Amino acid sequence: MKARVTVTLREGILDTQGKAVEHALHSLGFTGVKNVRIGKHIEMDVDGADAAAVQRQADDICRKLLSNPVMENFRVTVEEGK
Amino acid sequence: MAAMKNPKIGVVLFPGANCERDTIHAASLLPGASVRHIWHKDTSVGNLDVVFLPGGFSYGDYLRCGAIARFSPVMRSVVEFAEKGGIVIGICNGFQVLTECHLLPGALLMNESRKFICKNIHVRVERNDIPATRALKKGDVLKLPIAHGEGRFYAPPETLQALEANGQVVVRYCDQSGNITREANPNGALNNIAGICNERGNVFGLMPHPERAAEPILGNTDGWGILQSLLM
Repeated sequence: MKARVTVTLREGILDTQGKAVEHALHSLGFTGVKNVRIGKHIEMDVDGADAAAVQRQADDICRKLLSNPVMENFRVTVEEGK
Repeated sequence: MAAMKNPKIGVVLFPGANCERDTIHAASLLPGASVRHIWHKDTSVGNLDVVFLPGGFSYGDYLRCGAIARFSPVMRSVVEFAEKGGIVIGICNGFQVLTECHLLPGALLMNESRKFICKNIHVRVERNDIPATRALKKGDVLKLPIAHGEGRFYAPPETLQALEANGQVVVRYCDQSGNITREANPNGALNNIAGICNERGNVFGLMPHPERAAEPILGNTDGWGILQSLLM
């Protein structure tokens, strides 16, 4: 199964890259854009037929390595097939 | 802790580290010290008094700084060594590794300016009762080089409060007179934090590089006091 992971900085933590992109968007005229946050996108093929079990394993992977809970949140979506 | 004579010092060598030679060299200047490197695949740090985690870009800083180094085989042994009271000092990337493996609280985020900063800064010594600062005086101002892209110390409010309440902040960015100011903070670190220790004081992490300022030929010896403290 395909697990897709998004890792972002926690709310309230200054996202310096997000700020830089926000400024660039404003100078391009997209003045209504706010709160740009940049994260990481990670995809994994995970063995298993049970989506719930793959989801649990991916959550575990995120807690152990892919995210640092001190500063980041993560979100996992699991899709059947590759 | 009694004065340490002839300290046995190890410097962990992660792939991608680039300050391990400097650290070995600077530590070797301590009279009586024996210094060796510890390979990242070793499963034991062996019989040592002090372990350094050097600066650099361990495992390419992939994913997050220090995130992958944390799981290298030697780190389990470093954690055990620290838990038994062994002295562990993480410099720059080594500090990042110490937060990732939870020997120290908090995290180090991308500099506020988004730039890699390589320059001399000043730090004020906030406590001189831990093994790495005994040769210094409280309030001493040290000029030390920094070289990092991710040095903005962050901790959630309750953790930060506990760090301050326990006196775990060891060095703070300051101006050359020792004033803690916004302008003297190079990376946006909370409370101008440049280095912290664990509650016990045996684990110390800092972003500046004392090993790059430890002998007269380098034009700056302000980092020497941190090394020299290990003999006291």
